[in-house]
Amino acid sequence: MNGFIYLPDVVTLELDAELCNGCRMCTIVCPHAVFELRNKRASIINKDLCMECGACAMNCPESAIKVKSGVGCASGIINGLLRGTEPACDCGDGANCC
Amino acid sequence: MKPGFITGQLQSGSLTIPVISSRWSTRDYLDTLKVRWSIGRMNYRVEPGLYAVGSPDRKSYVFISANYKLSFDHLRRALDEMNAWILVINTKGINVWCAAGKKTFGTNEIIQRITSHRLEQLVDHHRIILPQLGATGVAAHEVKQRTGFSVTYGPVRAKDIKAFVYAGLKATLEMRTVTFPLKERLKLVPVDMFYGGYYLLLVPALFFILSGLSRYGFSVDQAVSMGWKAVVNLFSGYLAGCLLTPALLPWIPFRRFSLKGLCMGLLTSLVLFLSGMLGKNLLEIESWILIISGLSSFMAMNFTGSSTFTSLSGVQKEMKVLFPLQMVLVGSGIVGWIISRFITF
Repeated sequence: MNGFIYLPDVVTLELDAELCNGCRMCTIVCPHAVFELRNKRASIINKDLCMECGACAMNCPESAIKVKSGVGCASGIINGLLRGTEPACDCGDGANCC
Repeated sequence: MKPGFITGQLQSGSLTIPVISSRWSTRDYLDTLKVRWSIGRMNYRVEPGLYAVGSPDRKSYVFISANYKLSFDHLRRALDEMNAWILVINTKGINVWCAAGKKTFGTNEIIQRITSHRLEQLVDHHRIILPQLGATGVAAHEVKQRTGFSVTYGPVRAKDIKAFVYAGLKATLEMRTVTFPLKERLKLVPVDMFYGGYYLLLVPALFFILSGLSRYGFSVDQAVSMGWKAVVNLFSGYLAGCLLTPALLPWIPFRRFSLKGLCMGLLTSLVLFLSGMLGKNLLEIESWILIISGLSSFMAMNFTGSSTFTSLSGVQKEMKVLFPLQMVLVGSGIVGWIISRFITF
């Protein structure tokens, strides 16, 4: 995805390869091919492509992946600021939402 | 009233399951167009539950879908000429990816639906197929642990399902990767265009009226002769951010969406200036440049919510500096423009 890379060195993604059992789930669920299996263990090959969706951490049975996931969405962040909560889309009744 | 896509029903043991069409009707196409333009988008839902495509049996695959009708429609269309089950879970009418982000397309809802719809009575295998983008809300190992059903993640896009099934439930890297081509970006533009809501009428109306102000007082004639330019300038700035920037996204320099928007805003200002739209005195011209570029930058930043590759940390980083800047640009622009009303023409 040339031209579709966001800011470098900002994502909170962390992998503890020691805990990895080589199940491949992270390579399957990641929508940006951030992971690759090397020597039967997951490794991060494209960290800056990560959009912090959290699918990898959610599906890692060994909890080897940590990422502060959330909506990469400016109006979600503004919503959070206005309400004093974490960034969140406004999905109340009838409200506009992604 | 029975939805149009239900064509009959079939009996499987003690379960009666609606059979649905895998083709879209004219109505489906029209409704899709409507929700893309934000009309009735928040109430475009399918009843959660089990559905049958073709004539599925105890060996047929079970596909999980959100109950946003557009998600459901894409799935049933992708299953054309196949025999399969669809289990629609309740995501409150939100699409798969967004619902997964909020965990309504989530582990618990899936486990509960597997149990309440007695999936183990319907099929002999113990496998459910989920859209890959649902993975953000679902822990596959937990579903397996608590229901015995193993989760297989299908491709990102429904149109690849057939190829995925024929390859023995294997997806290529391409099928697993999210892209953001021009066509997809443009599909998301109309919803963003309505972001302003009623302000889209209110603000231009105010500018129109204020255009009649001068040091000689208020003149309706002047409001009419000048006001339309103000309205055009405002909408140009707005569209530079929410239409032009998304359309040209990968080709505009900078990675921060707000800076991309700022570029497009400045470019739009230049075009408007050369067309004589920005006014006659220097203060008014400057003020318009500030308003247009600030507005465009803000709307472009807003498109991070539609994009498929921006991270929360990244958006927070760009907003920290650029959101206040946008406020300053637009705020000082408005003040400057009002003052410019009282400078001699």
